[in-house]
Amino acid sequence: MKITRVVILMVGLVLVLGGVSHAGKDLDAVLKKGFIQTGVNGGVFGFGMPDEKGVWRGLDVDTARAVAAAVFGDASKVKFTPLTAQQRFTALQSGEIDLLTRNATRTLSRETQLGLNFVTVNYYDGQGFMVPKALGVKSARELDGATICVLPGTTTEQNAADFFRSNNMKWKPVVIESTTELAKTFFAGRCDVLTSDRSQLAGTRAIAPKPKDYVLLPEVISKEPLAPAVRHGDDQWRDIVDFSVLAMINAEELGITSKNVDQMLKSKDPVVQRFLGVVEGNGKALGLDEKWAYNIIKQVGNYGEVFERNVGVNTTLGLERGLNALWTKGGLMYSPPFK
Amino acid sequence: MSRGRSKSPIPENGILPSRVPPWRDPEKRALAFQLIVLLLVGTLSYILFSNTQANLERQSIATGFGFLDKEAGFEIGESLVDYSAADNYARALLVGALNTVKVSFVGIIFTIVIGAIIGIARLSSNWLVAKLAAIYIEVMQNIPVLLQLFFWYAIFYESFSSPRQALNPVSGVFLCNRGLIFAVPEAHAAHAWMGWAFLAALVIGYGLHRWGGKRQEQTGRSFPAVRIMIALCLLLPLAVWLGFGAPLNWDMPVLRGFNFSGGVTVSPEFSALLLGLVLYTGAFVAEIVRAGIQSVGKGQVEAAMAIGLRPGQVLHLVVLPQALRVIIPPLTSQMLNLTKNSSLAIAIGYADFVAVTNTTINQTGQAIEGVALIMLVYLFFSLSTSVFMNWYNKKMALVER
Repeated sequence: MKITRVVILMVGLVLVLGGVSHAGKDLDAVLKKGFIQTGVNGGVFGFGMPDEKGVWRGLDVDTARAVAAAVFGDASKVKFTPLTAQQRFTALQSGEIDLLTRNATRTLSRETQLGLNFVTVNYYDGQGFMVPKALGVKSARELDGATICVLPGTTTEQNAADFFRSNNMKWKPVVIESTTELAKTFFAGRCDVLTSDRSQLAGTRAIAPKPKDYVLLPEVISKEPLAPAVRHGDDQWRDIVDFSVLAMINAEELGITSKNVDQMLKSKDPVVQRFLGVVEGNGKALGLDEKWAYNIIKQVGNYGEVFERNVGVNTTLGLERGLNALWTKGGLMYSPPFK
Repeated sequence: MSRGRSKSPIPENGILPSRVPPWRDPEKRALAFQLIVLLLVGTLSYILFSNTQANLERQSIATGFGFLDKEAGFEIGESLVDYSAADNYARALLVGALNTVKVSFVGIIFTIVIGAIIGIARLSSNWLVAKLAAIYIEVMQNIPVLLQLFFWYAIFYESFSSPRQALNPVSGVFLCNRGLIFAVPEAHAAHAWMGWAFLAALVIGYGLHRWGGKRQEQTGRSFPAVRIMIALCLLLPLAVWLGFGAPLNWDMPVLRGFNFSGGVTVSPEFSALLLGLVLYTGAFVAEIVRAGIQSVGKGQVEAAMAIGLRPGQVLHLVVLPQALRVIIPPLTSQMLNLTKNSSLAIAIGYADFVAVTNTTINQTGQAIEGVALIMLVYLFFSLSTSVFMNWYNKKMALVER
């Protein structure tokens, strides 16, 4: 029997039988447990994947650690559940996890029909196409008749269909459930094209037998604002997750890094003082320790540090900041005032 | 046996019994227990249903099957009916269900053929043939079918070249990592008539067979009905085709851009799934066939030969009718296994019912409805296979007089 089916069924059962136990506040549940159960990808390099020593690494993983640092003052109080694209929302709905940081695109139907609250975007992505260089294709508009490898259970399938329909082109999907199996199939030449979010394509290319043989086509066919999500019903928990992400962006705006955060505590700037909890108020408002933002920056780092560490130009992925730069540098990362 | 003393009007000893209290009466007690169980099951189902409903409502998750007539918006790799992303979810699910039927139907036929051949080979007096069959059975039975699927799929996409360097053994046939692509005759009005001619040949053949059987019962003279039927099935459509002036235009596959267009494509996903399922299930069927044949007593064969039946007749008239009675029930369960195992398709990218439903679940969020549909559809497939096989089993069963 297929594993996903079993999981969906089991999650369904949990939803049916155990639903009542999650009626209370999610934050209370987290505090009682003493750690945050977080759903992550598990297979995408740079976003959520264990390294060779079994330590979880990635932008999404660090986002979850930031929330743990804010809540417990300890970034290590988080446990990770790797989830497939198909399991992720059910796992959150059913209470199996408290927080989902698994490069999930925020959409209207997910927010409403699935009963989820997405918070501030932690990575602005877009769907793209990767082809072997040998194919000699320069644009996605030349892909008429192509066979395309695609993961099931994501917005990707639909975006690709929309793109080809609007350009009056035909294509054939090869839909395979496991990311690694799909990549193998593509590298072996079963498909002409691999489509996914561009960040994931870069991650897949990094593990190719010959990464240099593959190119990303310039077209970005969709908007994929990837954001952490919590389930409906606990606004305080939602606020904490939201402002944990924002704190990392705000810190970058203010020039506070994990290295200089201790000196910044002595800053005379009232904005910095409020942010780091030297002047109290923000922590109480969120129901957290006043040092919450300090803990995030000290233990995890600001957004720029987290980005460069996991996916930046100096990593295997080699992604530019692009849309994910601060608004002051032409990107979309923008934090509301912390007061 | 339970309807006892209390019912009979005059007991043997002539003394009328005093009224038996209901809890002492086995019949009433049984009824009460059954009512209690029914009540429990009913309550449990009600609790499950209403609790699900309440939880879904509380988490503001939409319910119901209204999503079925919304636009699906995703493509499906292969389909027996016309389908595009602009069709609705119901159509997409139909495509998935038909793909499951396709692989199961073709798979079951091949499985029976392979199983019969290997099963008979296992009993061969030739040492090498028997051992080879035994090795095949042991190996195939003991490797998980999912691994076999991965193996065959990898063979297909790793060992064949890209469409531009496709193997072209015969004109109109191409073999590459997009699958096996071959030319088919272009659609023509004659084809429908050829189909009817084939059906007519079958009907006539069946009639001849019945008549021949009756004649043999009465006079003892046999009639080669089967051979005549085969000839009719071939010749009648051919005659129709010639009557239409032998129209023959091939729909040739041509490499256009990335892929071949025209002709018929058998995808590597379908082939790998079919091959994996057939070879795996075939091993089990072979053992069933062997057991069935061995269950027929040796004396039966010897007796049949002694009254002068030819070897073919021994098999056809004596061994098979008795072996089939043993073979059919376990064979049915292997057919059901094959159908259910076809849901592993998603691992190697074949768009079966589960794969399409999974995508639907993810796009609409209707997990419970989707899983319920999966269960319903597989239940339907399994029950219809069972019904057919039970009918066949009854037909084959020993008629006792």
